[in-house]
Amino acid sequence: MTGLLKKIFLVDLFQGLFVTFRNQNPKYIYTEQYPAERPKVAERYRGAPRLNINPDNGETLCISCNLCALACPENLIVVTSERSEVTKRKELITFTYDTSRCMFCGLCEDACPVDALELTQDFEMASYTREGQIWDRQALEEGPKPTQYKC
Amino acid sequence: MPDSTFLDSTELVLNMGPQHPSTHGVLRVILKLDGEKVLGTDCIIGYLHRGVEKIAENRTYAQFNPYVDRMDYVAAVSNGLGYCLAVEKLLNVEAPPRAQAIRVILTELNRIASHLLWLGTHALDIGAITPVFYCLREREEALKIFEKYCGARLTTHAFRIGGLLYETYDGFEQEIRDFCKMFIPKVDEYEELLTNNRIWVGRLKDVGILSADECKEFGVTGPVLRAAGVKWDLRKAQPYSGYEKYDFDIPTRQNGDTYDRYMVRMEEMRQSVRIMEQAVEGIPEGPIMGKVGKVIKPAIGEAYVSIEAPKGELGYYIVSDGSTQPYRCRVRPPSFVNLQALDRMIRGGLIADVVAVIGTLDIVLGEVDR
Repeated sequence: MTGLLKKIFLVDLFQGLFVTFRNQNPKYIYTEQYPAERPKVAERYRGAPRLNINPDNGETLCISCNLCALACPENLIVVTSERSEVTKRKELITFTYDTSRCMFCGLCEDACPVDALELTQDFEMASYTREGQIWDRQALEEGPKPTQYKC
Repeated sequence: MPDSTFLDSTELVLNMGPQHPSTHGVLRVILKLDGEKVLGTDCIIGYLHRGVEKIAENRTYAQFNPYVDRMDYVAAVSNGLGYCLAVEKLLNVEAPPRAQAIRVILTELNRIASHLLWLGTHALDIGAITPVFYCLREREEALKIFEKYCGARLTTHAFRIGGLLYETYDGFEQEIRDFCKMFIPKVDEYEELLTNNRIWVGRLKDVGILSADECKEFGVTGPVLRAAGVKWDLRKAQPYSGYEKYDFDIPTRQNGDTYDRYMVRMEEMRQSVRIMEQAVEGIPEGPIMGKVGKVIKPAIGEAYVSIEAPKGELGYYIVSDGSTQPYRCRVRPPSFVNLQALDRMIRGGLIADVVAVIGTLDIVLGEVDR
């Protein structure tokens, strides 16, 4: 009998609708108004790679040990270096990083013994060409420069 | 399947997919129909085949770790756990207790995230649009914890062979506790929306029945098996990563229809919260990385480890030839095996039930095709 009455008065449907009405004025709004409001990514976010430079003298921190290139599952890092006659140390010549094939696993970052290569919080890395996705040493040191439109 | 000519009959062969939104990816189902009735199905898979098992043979053990996240991409943490456990078994090391506790918390959080996505999309397929918004809202909280912990939301690469790379961030425990506290009322909310709803019940009850014997015949595992009444959960049957320390129940139901599978998954989310609550209270202090060398080079041998992923038994079989790369890495994906029962479940049903049954199997095509 109660089952029939519940069926006639659509109790089950109103029960569900009540939940919907309870959520009419949500406390937290999760939608991000993207170009106007940039998402705050976490501190450990693995985004665009960066080759760190020493802030004091502008020299690269990279010691050309090639460990990142060995650690990379996709083999997308190419490091070339030359042994300097003066200091007898390896000096970095080129460093290319193909972001189009990168899956941001962070293994290169883990492998780096001097924290020169780092995955940063920048995530806007789009480019109009495929070649633009292959970052050279200069691009890696400067980081991506996304166009920002004022809203 | 469409073997004979169908010109002289009323049979109609219909392609569902690979672009159909309700097949949850690139699954193509060839349906043989008589009016509304499904006479038979034929699944065509492979549209998302990337050769992950072959890739493993050309990568070192550590390098292959991010690839496993890309198989079942809604439950990447579980995939990583299975792979890490398999390699750890090969190396004969064990992750330290602290790492194990954090692994349990994150995999259970991932189970909730996976079930939430399943619930949202399953309800959306049936026609209930509201749950998907609520589910994704809660899933967002889980993904935020993943992002804070390991820097990625979906393809997390959270675990490393031998333990963990990342120490927990400040406030990790509190955030897990807050999530647990927030989440249980939300599950009740979903149940209020759906469980008694007459359309939901009408669409799901007695649809896609798979009995316990049929489940065993097909090798189906996970919530699909438990909904048929078999109390089988690898977390209890072969405890791994310290699951034996936690107190939780295995939810089961008897009928093995789509509605029961829904009920089992809802209850599983509550049990996951229970495990997380226990685990977060007792995270031991200590190191997070076991004794694993920089270069992972297991001795010649083989190992099979299976874990209870959100979708069922996820197994990794790795053969080592003594080098730094696996000789063979075979994955036993739950989605692929569960998908094989699709024909049995919808044969004789109605065409509208096909969507419900594909939804209830909770397949991820990245894992089916690998």
